[in-house]
Amino acid sequence: MALLQIAEPGESAAPHEHRLAVGIDLGTTNSLVATVRSGLAVVLRDELGRPLLPSVVRYLPDGSCQVGYEAQARQALDPRNAIASVKRFMGRGIADIANHESMPYVFQDGPGMLRMHTVAGLKSPVEVSADILRVLRLRAEAALGGALVGAVITVPAYFDEAQRQATKDAAQLAGLPVLRLLNEPTAAAIAYGLDNAAEGVYAVYDLGGGTFDISILRLSRGIFEVLATGGDSALGGDDFDHRIFCWIIEAADLKPLSVEDASMLLARAREAKEYLTVHGAAPISGRLSSGEIVDLTLTTEIFAEISQTLVAKTMQPVKKALRDAGLSVGEVKGVVMVGGATRMSQVQRAVGEFFRQDPLNNLDPDKVVAIGAATQANLLAGNRAAGDDWLLLDVIPLSLGLETMGGLVEKIIPRNSTIPTARAQEFTTFRDGQTALAIHVVQGERELVSDCRSLARFELRGIPPMVAGAARIRVSFQVDADGLLAVTAREQTSGVEASIVVKPSYGLSDDEIAGMLKDSITHVRDDAQQRALKESQVDAQRLLEAVRAALAADAELLAADELARVHNAIARLEAAALADNRRQIMLAMDDLEADTKDFAARRMDKSIRRAFAGRNINELDSDAAATTTGEHA
Amino acid sequence: MAVTLSERAARHVANYMVKRGKGIGLRLAVRTSGCSGMAYKLEFADTTQPDDVEFESHGVRVLVDPKSMPYLDGTELDYAREGLNEGFKFNNPNVKDACGCGESFNV
Repeated sequence: MALLQIAEPGESAAPHEHRLAVGIDLGTTNSLVATVRSGLAVVLRDELGRPLLPSVVRYLPDGSCQVGYEAQARQALDPRNAIASVKRFMGRGIADIANHESMPYVFQDGPGMLRMHTVAGLKSPVEVSADILRVLRLRAEAALGGALVGAVITVPAYFDEAQRQATKDAAQLAGLPVLRLLNEPTAAAIAYGLDNAAEGVYAVYDLGGGTFDISILRLSRGIFEVLATGGDSALGGDDFDHRIFCWIIEAADLKPLSVEDASMLLARAREAKEYLTVHGAAPISGRLSSGEIVDLTLTTEIFAEISQTLVAKTMQPVKKALRDAGLSVGEVKGVVMVGGATRMSQVQRAVGEFFRQDPLNNLDPDKVVAIGAATQANLLAGNRAAGDDWLLLDVIPLSLGLETMGGLVEKIIPRNSTIPTARAQEFTTFRDGQTALAIHVVQGERELVSDCRSLARFELRGIPPMVAGAARIRVSFQVDADGLLAVTAREQTSGVEASIVVKPSYGLSDDEIAGMLKDSITHVRDDAQQRALKESQVDAQRLLEAVRAALAADAELLAADELARVHNAIARLEAAALADNRRQIMLAMDDLEADTKDFAARRMDKSIRRAFAGRNINELDSDAAATTTGEHA
Repeated sequence: MAVTLSERAARHVANYMVKRGKGIGLRLAVRTSGCSGMAYKLEFADTTQPDDVEFESHGVRVLVDPKSMPYLDGTELDYAREGLNEGFKFNNPNVKDACGCGESFNV
């Protein structure tokens, strides 16, 4: 028996046509998946009722992998194969990663994006992320009872093209259609309904497990514009745990600890931190392997004091982001709190004091991004209510441009342009008789090409020889709703054209990507076809049973020739359902439906007559005919 | 004639209504769906129709149009959890047989 959700008035989906969509917060430390049920966005939990999925993937020698809590639990024992915080590596080369030498992974620098050696082979960050997304997809399919039409996946506002594309590739590998990528602070703002609130500037303060992000957004006419971002990629809730841990060692006067004792005390430190979000004091107790007993009490006052520098450290990027945006504190209309670490009272207080207003914190800060993403996914999947037909626009985070003579950047699409967008500009040749033009696409705010990120290069060839400056080469940039870029160059007089889609901007060649995607895609397609066939066979059986039942009850409503036609169509569908041709099944189903449509209408009339016996049948009859929609289950 | 909500279903509906911020109740209906089946409609109600049949169950206003009424009479709407999935379920005494998933049915 299907479990139904409440639809908006007039928006009930036809049976089996619910458009299931989810929002995914693919986080550095934890990931979540959420959906809209009966108009309410909720985070989907696993079999054990846990909303979070730790973003940890552990590879095993047989090529399989563990994802989430299971992998996290083995992290200490198998650090090389248990990949955590892979988000930091998305679309990045080794040179981009700070302290990579202190990480337990065995890196191999690929062209553009690094890979990691594991017992299951060389893994790219895209593949690791795909393994996380796959688990979330399966959870969502189990919870919603069907295949997803797609997902909205959130990314940090500062993610560049390469990191965004890597995220999309990961979703593709995981068999998850991406409705769009959404900036995390924008998702948080949507969760708080700020998209329907007054226009103005909002700050999103996101203190996660290991990262801190501050984003300054401006909402105007339904568009969120990212004015500035900032943060600290090595500052988060874990640092607060560590402060407590150090305090325990000092307060209990402990000698150097074994690895087991240290991890036990670190766990106690985390528990104490969480306890203090709702209590004034937290007991910390534990027995070390030496038999020594630790028994302390941590008060909120002590905690605030020992973590003061950490809180202060978050305020530096906040000030800088405001300065970058050219705004003063007084111009910020609201502050949204994101990330579990913002539950700490000293963080709430510091943010409130800085912005001189109470931050928005009544939603669960761990879930707020996923909830905003689910809300957006629900709209994009077409499950919107009447009059609710706004579509949130996003902006590109960094300007896109071209290299011109002298290594300078000519910006074609300035940052914060709303997407999708297209802009074009005309260029010309530099030398007499020049027949080719090299086009170098770059991203960034700096004037010099060498300071910006190179996205792609291609050449326009076959320009007819002309004097310098006579050729008219129109270069157009198009950015789709996900922030992905296509560049086309066209010489206007001759019509020669060249173009490029900026996708593997992290430097993987098409062949490499193709190889990587091939296996999974072939399987995805096989799987999808297989599933579609199975589904149509099931639908066929369902239809056959329904018609047989109807015939058994009301065969007398049909004339002999009609009855023969229905029987004929039944036989054809029975035959088709046994074969493996989905198209034949669909056609046979259409035939049977067409042949039984009048029958269905007559049955409806009959049952209404029965139900309203003694009332004016003619009047009811015409009404009933009008409500027959002819949709099939 | 009556259409009711289980207490659990009513609690969920009330919760959804609060979060939604508007609406007067819940509308239940059936519509024909293809060859011989019918399907349920479960929607928030913002308005009443002049000939609606109205019920009140655990504080929730339930609206049913007169044409759907014969098919829904005696139905109890429940809220159920099946594995990871959860949602509303029609316990309808009029149903003779339902399709595998229960989204469409015969009377």
